[in-house]
Amino acid sequence: MDPATLIAAVSILTAGLTIAIGSIGPALAEGRAASQALQAIAQQPDAANTITRTLFVSLAMIESTAIYCFVVSMILIFANPFTEMFQQAAGG
Amino acid sequence: MEISPDSWIVYSWNGWQLNATVAFTWVIMAVLVVGSRMITARLGEGETVSRWQVLLEVVVTAIRDQIDDVGADDPGRYLPFIGTLFLFIATANLLSILPGYQPPTGSLSTTAALAICVLIAVPLFSISRRGLLVYLKTYLQPSPLMLPFNLVGEMSRTIALAVRLYGNVMSGTVIVGILISVAPFFFPVVMQLLGLLTGLIQAYIFAILAMVYIASASRSGRAPTEDGFPQTKQGD
Repeated sequence: MDPATLIAAVSILTAGLTIAIGSIGPALAEGRAASQALQAIAQQPDAANTITRTLFVSLAMIESTAIYCFVVSMILIFANPFTEMFQQAAGG
Repeated sequence: MEISPDSWIVYSWNGWQLNATVAFTWVIMAVLVVGSRMITARLGEGETVSRWQVLLEVVVTAIRDQIDDVGADDPGRYLPFIGTLFLFIATANLLSILPGYQPPTGSLSTTAALAICVLIAVPLFSISRRGLLVYLKTYLQPSPLMLPFNLVGEMSRTIALAVRLYGNVMSGTVIVGILISVAPFFFPVVMQLLGLLTGLIQAYIFAILAMVYIASASRSGRAPTEDGFPQTKQGD
């Protein structure tokens, strides 16, 4: 197998693994946060505004972990620095 | 596939290249500035005001209420900065219903610039409120050993702010692009609708997080409140 194919194969495999493993944690955490917030709203409907705002902010923070994994996998697939490095080495 | 509007050159002249990010940022600036200028040029106080004035009043009052809810003492001080952040990001994301438009927030350069604005604004607001020495002392809280962690925290939350917005907007564009080649027409439209919702929520979150950072930096040295804890809300 020549190096370019190897780099592509490893990149694709790693991108899949990154997004697969990296989305498990945030998914569980977001579900837990949402269920806790629903419980809190059911117990204290008066505080619904504050709870909703805090929920949105914390959901965004939890979600950012998954977003980082997504960005890394996008970089691996579409903007992989090692492919260009190898192409330059092969061309030059 | 293009994952950012940076590589799309709209216009080039004598070696100067104008990419889509900058061009669409100018479009948004023009829409916001000209639009609000035209509305505020004839503000009325009478019984009947124009419907556009009502729209602006609703927007400004809502932003001011949100800033107040986060716990800043004086919402008027922060309204221009936070309001501009929110309106710019919201317009940038919502305009993506127009065909041929690429949201400039889908480029890391735009979001990094916005996050650096927040990074600079936090000490500025804090110093102007409490003075330089008190601000510098907050880096030594709770003990001087924490200085490197405070510095790293400042940097990492700025990077997180930039990458969060970029990743959310970019993922919407990329997912629609992939779905168009897999399942044309229906599913991309649904994902675009979801993207509008995500874009608005991200604009809200960016503004609220900026406000939380500013509020926590301007208050953290104050005397604790009645229940014994200072009411600070730390970000990530």
